[in-house]
Amino acid sequence: MPQSARTLFEKVWERHLVAAETAATPAVLYIDLHLIHEVTSPQAFALLRERGVAVRRPDLTLATMDHSTPTRTAQVFGGAPIAIESAARQIRELEANCAQFGVELLGLTSEQRGIVHIIGPDLGLTQPGKTIVCGDSHTSTHGALGALAFGIGTTEVAHVLASQCLLQRKPRTLAVEVEGTLRAGVTAKDLILAIIGKLGVAGGTGHVIEYRGATIRALDMDERMTVCNMSIEAGARAGMIAPDATTYAYLATRPRAPQGAAWERALSDWHTLPTDAGARFDRELRLGAGDIEPMITWGTNPGMVIPVTGAIPRQGPDAVFARALSYMGLEPGAPIRDQPVNVVFIGSCTNARLSDLRSAARVLRGRHIARGLTMLVVPGSQQVKRQAEAEGLDRVFIEAGAEWRESGCSMCLGMNGDTVPRGAYAVSTSNRNFEGRQGAGARTLLASPLTAAASAVRGRVTDPRELL
Amino acid sequence: MQPFTALTSRTVVLPATNIDTDQIIPARFLTTTTRSGLGAHLFADWRYDESGAPRPDFVLNRPESAGCRILVAGRNFGCGSSREHAPWALLDHGFRAVVSAEIADIFGNNSLKNGLLPVIVDDATSSWLLEHPGAELTVDLAAGTLTLPTGIKVSFPIEAFARHCLLNGVDELGYLLSRSREIEAYERRA
Repeated sequence: MPQSARTLFEKVWERHLVAAETAATPAVLYIDLHLIHEVTSPQAFALLRERGVAVRRPDLTLATMDHSTPTRTAQVFGGAPIAIESAARQIRELEANCAQFGVELLGLTSEQRGIVHIIGPDLGLTQPGKTIVCGDSHTSTHGALGALAFGIGTTEVAHVLASQCLLQRKPRTLAVEVEGTLRAGVTAKDLILAIIGKLGVAGGTGHVIEYRGATIRALDMDERMTVCNMSIEAGARAGMIAPDATTYAYLATRPRAPQGAAWERALSDWHTLPTDAGARFDRELRLGAGDIEPMITWGTNPGMVIPVTGAIPRQGPDAVFARALSYMGLEPGAPIRDQPVNVVFIGSCTNARLSDLRSAARVLRGRHIARGLTMLVVPGSQQVKRQAEAEGLDRVFIEAGAEWRESGCSMCLGMNGDTVPRGAYAVSTSNRNFEGRQGAGARTLLASPLTAAASAVRGRVTDPRELL
Repeated sequence: MQPFTALTSRTVVLPATNIDTDQIIPARFLTTTTRSGLGAHLFADWRYDESGAPRPDFVLNRPESAGCRILVAGRNFGCGSSREHAPWALLDHGFRAVVSAEIADIFGNNSLKNGLLPVIVDDATSSWLLEHPGAELTVDLAAGTLTLPTGIKVSFPIEAFARHCLLNGVDELGYLLSRSREIEAYERRA
């Protein structure tokens, strides 16, 4: 019995093998859903054109635009030109490529457009047991629904467009087992930052993570997506969570989820996916949720993270420690709390779903952001934007003094011109605090929407529990 | 993809650990729709100051770095985003191999697909290389070895099929398309 016990990952992997791996050749892995966007696809389409190859399965391919798109309404819907000419060109090129190759595009003015990792689950295209790839490392997000989902480079985008397959060696498995109850004011973002703090930024390299345990099972779908999203920040290409009643309830109302008899068939299949009792993982990490505090990064990678009540470390493992402190302009041993903040960004594929916006609004309702601070709220998709507006969240943000924008990746990586000024401190709900990530010289502190909103109110790094 | 057989070159050393793809090429240069010319933006924020002038103390701007084709870097090189622009920029600058104690998964994959060889070495070798910038190394892909100026040869792991493709200039897309019968069979039974 234990010999045949398999993990969720192994089940999804095995059912997608067109050809198993050998010593000389990698596995040929079939891909069920290929998401593409404007930044990592142009060179792939060029390769197809060069080789005279068609897109094999346009019906399993969906395009949208998110990375370099503007977030100002007039630039999206007309009235003002897109500020960056090369970004405008990239957008036009995706439109032309999708038209030529017959790929469905949720274009700039589509009501269904949004960050690629937000719209897949939103539409119900992301489903348990699927293999999903995209030319973006945060494709790991989709694993929250029990899919095997990972980021690929542009050459591999071309491989999938042409063959619907990828050449892959089987990764190892890592179980991250979390038990206990998260305290009030502590969110899924704090949990994943705490996990990365323990694993380190390369701790998951070569592995697929399965997040397990009572704490994970208690998370709603939006929270599970926040956790899986940042798997790559621990070096793991994919993170997965076993599908359960929460997953099925989330999918049941989605427009592109299976309907009617197909739904019943899918459901009975999805029930077979969770890891069998007795299945072995190559590695395991256990942690308790009960003592996790709201977390915030102080340095230049997501593993440089401390509780918001904590102090910046006095020493680090290598020379990068001193470099990170100098880049961030912070003092060793100083508390992070009350560090002045210039910019707050609520957005990105990590934290721009409806519940994230509700969470930020909960802190901001009836309050105003600090004088001189800039706050950008960028919903993850146009659908999230409409839902938030239907609840009046946009009014809460605007009345608090924040800017309410159209959806996109925006200030997470600043490709569209939404950047943090040089030297400025930004508390951001995004996923990377690398040097220059949010703009040349920008200093990023990653945190939850609650912590970001609380810090916007005070103009200083703030423990959100003081404002709840 | 450029075939790769063997290479002898002096090294450029970037000792920092966890050098991410946002450092290799910042996001603002990704609005391009081609893969050429990205070498100009390689390590842009480390290489140039705010006015765009080269920072004389950055290693790639020093005269001894000219013509070096092997980059030695601290552990976990290439972490972060999946942007293939990172290996494109390194290749366009003239690098053909990156040596580190650990190389991030997606970056390593992308490198192999473009003829930039990711060479993963043990900690002791990595430390020696980090302490000896400019050392002349020979990377022999057929033998799977890295030869140090001391004469010591260390072997490095490389995925068998990627190695075969690099040595023989085999194109992976062609290989995938050659298996279309099996792909069709899979689609029929799925």
